[in-house]
Amino acid sequence: MLKALFNILIFPGFLFLIIFGLAAEFYDRKIYARFQNRVGPPWFQPFADFVKLVAKENIIPEQADAYVFKLVPVFALTSVVTAFFYIPLWKTGALYSFNGDMIVVLYLLTIPTVALFLAGWYSCSVYSTLGAMRSLTQLFAYEIPLLTSILASALLANTWSLSKITVFYSLHPGLWAFNLLGFIISVVTLMGKLEKGPFDIPEAETEIVAGSLTEYSGKLLALFRLTIDIEMIVGASLLAAVFLPFGLTLHPAIGFILFLLKVLLIVSIISLFRTVLARLRIDQMVNFCWKYIAPLAFLQVLINLIVKWTLVR
Amino acid sequence: MHDNMEIPVGPQHPALKEPASFRLSLSGEKIMQASVRLGYNHRGIEKACEERTYIQDLYLIERICGICSHAHSTAFAQAVEEIAGVNLPKRAAYIRTLVGELERIHSHLLWLGVAGHEIGFDTLLMYTWADREIVMDILANVTGNRVNYGINSLGGVRRDISPEQVRQIAKAMDALEERTKYYIELASVETTLINRLSGVGVMSKKDVLRLGTVGPTARASGVARDVRKDDPYAAYAEINFNVVTDNHNDIYGRTIVRLGELMESFNIIRQVIKNLPDGPIAVKVARKIPSGEAVSRYEAPRGEDLHYVKANGTESPERVKVRAPTLANIQSVAFMLEDRYLADMPIVVAAIDPCFSCTDRSIAIKDAEGKGKKKKIVDWESLRLHGIEWYSKQGIDFTALNKRFKR
Amino acid sequence: MKMTRPGKMISMVLGSLFKKPLTTKYPYVKSKPIEGSRGKLKFYPEKCIGCKLCMKDCPTKAITIRDTGDKRFEAEIDLGKCIYCGQCVDSCLKKALAITDEFELAELDPKKLRVIFHAKPKEDTKEQT
Repeated sequence: MLKALFNILIFPGFLFLIIFGLAAEFYDRKIYARFQNRVGPPWFQPFADFVKLVAKENIIPEQADAYVFKLVPVFALTSVVTAFFYIPLWKTGALYSFNGDMIVVLYLLTIPTVALFLAGWYSCSVYSTLGAMRSLTQLFAYEIPLLTSILASALLANTWSLSKITVFYSLHPGLWAFNLLGFIISVVTLMGKLEKGPFDIPEAETEIVAGSLTEYSGKLLALFRLTIDIEMIVGASLLAAVFLPFGLTLHPAIGFILFLLKVLLIVSIISLFRTVLARLRIDQMVNFCWKYIAPLAFLQVLINLIVKWTLVR
Repeated sequence: MHDNMEIPVGPQHPALKEPASFRLSLSGEKIMQASVRLGYNHRGIEKACEERTYIQDLYLIERICGICSHAHSTAFAQAVEEIAGVNLPKRAAYIRTLVGELERIHSHLLWLGVAGHEIGFDTLLMYTWADREIVMDILANVTGNRVNYGINSLGGVRRDISPEQVRQIAKAMDALEERTKYYIELASVETTLINRLSGVGVMSKKDVLRLGTVGPTARASGVARDVRKDDPYAAYAEINFNVVTDNHNDIYGRTIVRLGELMESFNIIRQVIKNLPDGPIAVKVARKIPSGEAVSRYEAPRGEDLHYVKANGTESPERVKVRAPTLANIQSVAFMLEDRYLADMPIVVAAIDPCFSCTDRSIAIKDAEGKGKKKKIVDWESLRLHGIEWYSKQGIDFTALNKRFKR
Repeated sequence: MKMTRPGKMISMVLGSLFKKPLTTKYPYVKSKPIEGSRGKLKFYPEKCIGCKLCMKDCPTKAITIRDTGDKRFEAEIDLGKCIYCGQCVDSCLKKALAITDEFELAELDPKKLRVIFHAKPKEDTKEQT
């Protein structure tokens, strides 16, 4: 019981996620700045921003639904933290697992987007409403390819559980290489999920101010920003578990370092794309996802089916 | 979302670097109707010019715009020199041309960065603005200031150029040319950039002529209009250069035109520093300018800038009128926005390279009579008296304060 | 239409990881003014003849020349008003004004922005109040 509480609240749960999330945000911002030939922020900047926001006053618009307005950030934060417990990190098993936890994790990761939609919709401002609509439109574009590419990996392992996927790939080393296409697809769609890089359409600063979060301030904004940081970690860990499942049977310390490196690698790829691409328009984004990304994801499923029938018996 | 949604962009909005108000009527993501309203930046510069001497006006006029300050001050100086009948020394004309072209380089690089920012491509912003520092340093070295150079005086320029500076400029031009070539290459291959720019803000040649746009906005639609060629001033008559045009008719075309103009500017500057004539840099102009009037034109980075000056024989002008290029272009924005996506709005506005504070020469009084509410138009003096009366009713007396500020 | 591809800048941004950043941490790392740039004014009271042409030409009325008696003049410059155009330096017939490249002039107290160059009492000319 005490151990479970420790796991949930401190390590690898809530506290670890906050620290790692903010550290990853620093890494993202720093490397983004260095890509652009700038000095970039000092290491404590995300922490300082968080503390500053927490210290500030919450302003809730008169027309907004105060109850939903306050509830959704908490809702979003809880769901991403919960998802983290079902992802195998530096061992072949997650903290908790059951058959079908893959679907649960994917749906828990959808909740922040839905929360963003609700936050924008119930803020009742024009910019928030537009941002909310864009969030939802974008969700339909990236969610299917993301699900399909992860499903392809699971198909090969013949399981619905993330922990069993890592066990399978540890037993059959080298098979993960077949999932490379799926890895690229899921990194691209993860960028859509995190609203980063060329897919930052729902919060496009120069068009709709801050999208769904326009009316947010103070602690609630801090929670939302923390959610997005943690979502980045959780999303990256999910991809690391599914697509980069090596080094999991080694000593836990080495495994832990490998885990950090894998997450930072995925964050670096996201930062790089964010640096070199211009923001797409929402119609271009949807087009791109359905025209290129979704068919490629289905191609990955096909590849894995063939691999499964020929190589894995 | 069945009804049209009215969305205000401005007077304060992250897409706008200066206050202006755009009201967009949206259906989903599509803009059905757009209206532009200016007047948030009215500073009364034209009136202020009448109360100052010509020498002081030169610095005031320069501050109409922070980016094309040399354009305004040269246009004003040209008008005054014409009234006074002064012949500009050749060396002064060449230095004015040099500073004007350096200014064009900095303005176009700045525009390229802003355009990148508006379409969410901040890396382009960071790189172009870093390159812009090269030309800013040269401007600071040659003229004394990074912006609002204060290089012009009536009858010439205030600072001469040394051979050492000429060498530095030549070196910087080579560095900048290499960077500009990279951006041209970037603009021709980067998919996301092209997707966001081409087919956006389309304006055919016919529309350009109908709406009377100027500068790169017009040249991107194949209208080869350039004051430097059509009505040469300063040293442009003796310099060999091309007017860059394009027939993409959209924002992609405007980007190509501006990049092409950068290359032309390097070419012009090289010719200027090579053929820099010897001689004085200024002639003396009397403080009192004889009566007369003149119109002067200047090709600012954003388009044709027009100044009108009327002199009455005293030390101050009787009337100064400025038509900044943005005023000619702003009408086209509402036209270009219609039936486009909301996401294109920032770049369409940015593509004319707007400078709203240059444009705001007057305040539009909307709804003067008002509906139901008591509204009336008062003149300046009665407003002042009303203010004094209103505050004294509140028990606040300004006489002591006024004395302190010697008013 | 030419072949287009996304991510043209990748090689350049990756290259800049290994370069020194172009930005500096300005207030901590001092930055030098560009040679020839205009900053705070300097006044040589011994050269001033009190013609007040600088006052007449100053676009913002930032400079005031006062006669302290006995043909000695002091100058008051309001740095908050000064636009650093250097017209007064050009207008001065006796070169009693000069421009320096001192540019870090911000003050929290507006009174400190009024710099008075006293008329020379003995030998030293410059003093701030």
